[in-house]
Amino acid sequence: MSGDQALDAEIVRISEAFRAAGAQVVDLPVLQPAETLLDLYGEDIRGRAYTTRDPLAGELVLRPDFTVPVVQMHMASGATPARYAYAGKVFRTQELDSDRPPEHDQVGYELFDGSDPVAADAEVFALFAEVLSGLHLRAATGDIGVLMAAVRGLSAPDYRKAALVRHIWRPRRFRALLDRYSGRAPMPPGRMALLERFRRGDDVLAEAGPMIGLRGPEEIRERLAVLAADAEQPPLSAAETDLLDQIVTLRETAPMALERLRDIAVDMPAITAAVARVEARLEALAAKGLDVDALDFEGGYGRTSMEYYDGFVFGFYAAARPDLPPVATGGRYDALTRALGGGAEIPAVGGVIRPALVQALREAG
Amino acid sequence: MALKLGVPSKGRLMDKTFDWFGAHGVTLEKAGSEREYSGRIEGVPGCELVLLSAGEIPRELAQGRIHLGVTGTDLVREKLAHWEQSVKELTPLGFGHADLVIAVPKAWVDVETLDDLDAVAAAFRRRHGHRLRIATKYHRLIREYLREQGVADYLLVDSQGATEGTVKNLTAEAIADITSSGETLRANHLKVLGAEPVHRSQATLFKSRKAAWSEAERGALVAMLEALGLDG
Repeated sequence: MSGDQALDAEIVRISEAFRAAGAQVVDLPVLQPAETLLDLYGEDIRGRAYTTRDPLAGELVLRPDFTVPVVQMHMASGATPARYAYAGKVFRTQELDSDRPPEHDQVGYELFDGSDPVAADAEVFALFAEVLSGLHLRAATGDIGVLMAAVRGLSAPDYRKAALVRHIWRPRRFRALLDRYSGRAPMPPGRMALLERFRRGDDVLAEAGPMIGLRGPEEIRERLAVLAADAEQPPLSAAETDLLDQIVTLRETAPMALERLRDIAVDMPAITAAVARVEARLEALAAKGLDVDALDFEGGYGRTSMEYYDGFVFGFYAAARPDLPPVATGGRYDALTRALGGGAEIPAVGGVIRPALVQALREAG
Repeated sequence: MALKLGVPSKGRLMDKTFDWFGAHGVTLEKAGSEREYSGRIEGVPGCELVLLSAGEIPRELAQGRIHLGVTGTDLVREKLAHWEQSVKELTPLGFGHADLVIAVPKAWVDVETLDDLDAVAAAFRRRHGHRLRIATKYHRLIREYLREQGVADYLLVDSQGATEGTVKNLTAEAIADITSSGETLRANHLKVLGAEPVHRSQATLFKSRKAAWSEAERGALVAMLEALGLDG
């Protein structure tokens, strides 16, 4: 079999497994409307998308992934529950990693069902594990929901929590915010004096030069008021930031990680429900015959690569080939259905496999 | 074939490059009239002078069409993916200093750091319904930098010239460009963000890692490096 035929056969095999699991096979256009789509991705995918212009449809993009178009299609039809499978190419420029091709095949499975999210997580993960069995892959899992619950449970005002949640997927800025809120990072020079004058009622904008640009003086004054109020806030305690650190640096086998999370939940009751979901998920996976003792759990997993996942996250890696991207990735993206639902929302979980990597690993034996 | 040395074809960069080589006993000269873009090299045999736009020199080096080239480190990093794989920095030349910076309106008294820019971008997007626009021609460098720093809710818009005017013209909220004295920024009511620039650039002599090197070209390179007092 030539390489192309072997790849085609692999795509057919995986798609068939997804169809047998109850998925409706859908075909999605390669060209997608850019405006609605690109706004939903993180900066990374957005910056790497191929965009083009159509005289009638306006700005279009070569789909950089499938999940967002699938969610869009599903939310437009509104029918639930549903299982979808799809196969095709995605397109991303590879400026930073020019050895990788700018297009590659994905075969995916997405499950929309709000009745039992834990069972849905387990169904998708078990299906992927079965389709990828025999390839000696390492599975890593995580749960962004635990970290989100921890942030929402902090003893901090809502705007601080919202700022932290916004940067859950950007660990460096998340860290910078934590440092600022806990008083570890100094204020920019002159900031204290500026806020002091602002509080006194001085017109601090008057001496700053002419107002140019779209951002107007009332926006600047609004933010100065926020900064002035924030400067009065007590700092986040070291105890609380330490618990957050423990969560994001957690790396254990799943049962051990669960133990650690339970310990953390004693001091941080806000994550109790999220930890209970981790436990229920592990039970559901074990009931499906998966070896959960061999499963890795990382508290920070999925923070840098998967911008719209907000719950269970997973990836399958070729342990012997650390140079390869993950063979499969997936996760829960409830908030994405909310963003695209126009008022409606539905819990959803899914993932994609890269058939070319599966085929390459098979050939390498 | 002769070893090809690419240098900027006009202006101060060309003059200073000629001066720098001249100080090392290698004379670069434009041939014929002032407007003709060809030249010659005296002092090292087997070398040919190629006059090019500074912006094209990175690509010519990466494609191996010239063996050595003088251009800014900013242009090499912006125009070449994996620049270290395509070219090697031989030596900085000590002129053509310029910093790549992000600048915002001076009137933004609440913005001094990237932290501020990021917070303002989030608020701006909520209020105006679109991302905060940063006008630049340094897309790769700025995107990499902002990703590394975890800044969100911005959009890079292309600006190939007069970038400092985009804020006043309402086509961008901030800019990213090179500056040496900061004078143009000040004249356009902008101020530099942060203490450290995104990149400090200066004119630098590069060697192509992609050029095919014949025996004669290799010999010319050795002679050239010796004249310049450099290691390969």
